[in-house]
Amino acid sequence: MRRHVLLSLLLTLTLLGGLPANAQSPHVEGIQIGLSTDRVSITAGFSGADLTIFGSLEDADPLFARQGRYDVVVVLEGPGRPVMVRRKDRVLGIWMNLESETFENVPVSYSVATTRATQDITDPNSYKRLALGANNIYMRPADTTEAPATIQEFTAALRQRKVANGLYSENPGGVEFLSQNLFRATVRLAPNVPVGTHKARAFLFKNGAFVKETSAQLEIRKSGFEQTIFRFAHNHGPSYGLLCVLLAMATGWLGRMVFKRD
Amino acid sequence: MGIYLPIAEISVNIFVLLAMGAAVGFLSGMFGVGGGFLITPLLIFYNIPPAIAVATGANQVIASSFSGALSHMKRGTLDFKLGGVLLAGGVVGSTFGIYVFALLRSIGQLDLFISLLYVVLLGTVGGLMLFESVNALRATRSGAAPVLKKSGQHNWIHRLPLKMRFRASKLFVSVIPVIGIGMAIGFLSSIMGVGGGFIMVPALIYLLRVPTNVVIGTSLFQIIFTSAYTTLVHASTNYTVDVMLAFLLMVGGVAGAQYGAKAGQKLRGEQLRALLALLVLAVAIRLAIDLFITPANLYSLTTADIG
Repeated sequence: MRRHVLLSLLLTLTLLGGLPANAQSPHVEGIQIGLSTDRVSITAGFSGADLTIFGSLEDADPLFARQGRYDVVVVLEGPGRPVMVRRKDRVLGIWMNLESETFENVPVSYSVATTRATQDITDPNSYKRLALGANNIYMRPADTTEAPATIQEFTAALRQRKVANGLYSENPGGVEFLSQNLFRATVRLAPNVPVGTHKARAFLFKNGAFVKETSAQLEIRKSGFEQTIFRFAHNHGPSYGLLCVLLAMATGWLGRMVFKRD
Repeated sequence: MGIYLPIAEISVNIFVLLAMGAAVGFLSGMFGVGGGFLITPLLIFYNIPPAIAVATGANQVIASSFSGALSHMKRGTLDFKLGGVLLAGGVVGSTFGIYVFALLRSIGQLDLFISLLYVVLLGTVGGLMLFESVNALRATRSGAAPVLKKSGQHNWIHRLPLKMRFRASKLFVSVIPVIGIGMAIGFLSSIMGVGGGFIMVPALIYLLRVPTNVVIGTSLFQIIFTSAYTTLVHASTNYTVDVMLAFLLMVGGVAGAQYGAKAGQKLRGEQLRALLALLVLAVAIRLAIDLFITPANLYSLTTADIG
């Protein structure tokens, strides 16, 4: 079951912007994205969703737009958390965790949507400069004294695991231009998407060169019931545990009433 | 139909969980065990994080043992005094177990330790049970009368000091081994998410020589409290009890147990024990294989709590 969460649009089209001061280019492009709601709730039936973000270009050059030379990359980045990567090695025939490396402030999730294949939009160096894309996020190791080769190995493993979990994803063609100025981006929310404050960012490229960036915030949280349970469990551990015990006893007792055997 | 587990933070299929609970409930009703030793590995096979599988397994065990203990209480096959002493040991063992659990979790060896404990304990208990029941089956087939151990026989345990009288069990024995067994069960309960019935029952019968009819009721009685205590402590220190997951398992389990008990009455004791032994061994072998084959992913991620 996949639900389509529509986050709808809210755009301010500044079509009649003043004359640009820049003499070289008659157009000073801008980019806007808008979320009508700043909250997405995860309900009991949640098994991943597509999130739609609308946006617009400001002062776009009609000639470039017609030729499809504007590209947009939209990123939905989850909250940053410290992550420990562990590697299993064989000890006496048994596989056990031995080496580990901690990284600080790793985005829990990172989904990208682009107008076309990433390598066609701009060159790898610009991506690196912008720290854009799952392979370019900077992962800061907690222990910087570690050998660079080890850090590299664990960084690669971290990215690979995140991609395998569906938390880091790419959706080429996920951004579509609906008109010359208006675009729609579809980013994937994995079933295990983390709760917290997510950041939606949009990057505008013109002819392969980075022009502008904009961002908006989005709160992903569990819906009423799940959130209540989660919060209760974390804030009132002992009472929550007691409730779990009582629930189990009630279920056992009821079960005996319903299926009386003796 | 999918359902989102609030603590495990993943989406699972509601029917898979109900069926899992029902299947384990059926077996536990049939063999008279709590079923925790089956539910926790099954949850782990179903990709529930081991820490959550263990704590939630302990919670689920309460329901089945409470229901079972009620019927034993009615029949008078429950020794409250013996259960109480076992429990005193259980609380100590459980507290220690939860400390070890948190420690192993922080150094990243929890999953390995849980698997190893399962393999060793299930392998030993399953192997011994299979050996004993196959011998019994052979003996009945060849027509020889089964040799019963005399309950009056004394071993070294009966020479220990601090003796105490347990009337319902017709027992006069030192409290040291009783508390010791309780502690061991409490420790296993908190680390493995099991009630420990599969260890407690043979220990009470063979070590303390408690009459068999009192053993199951008393063991269930103490398991309720040990697993309740384990659930409470896991809930307040590790936040790993998922009430939604536990509830689905309980509902399936309570229903399955009733049918299992009926099916169990149609089988003979030795046959039942041989089947249970095979089941226990199968779980142990499956877990052992996972320890030795090269894992699909050498790397694992955990969100470090301290930044």
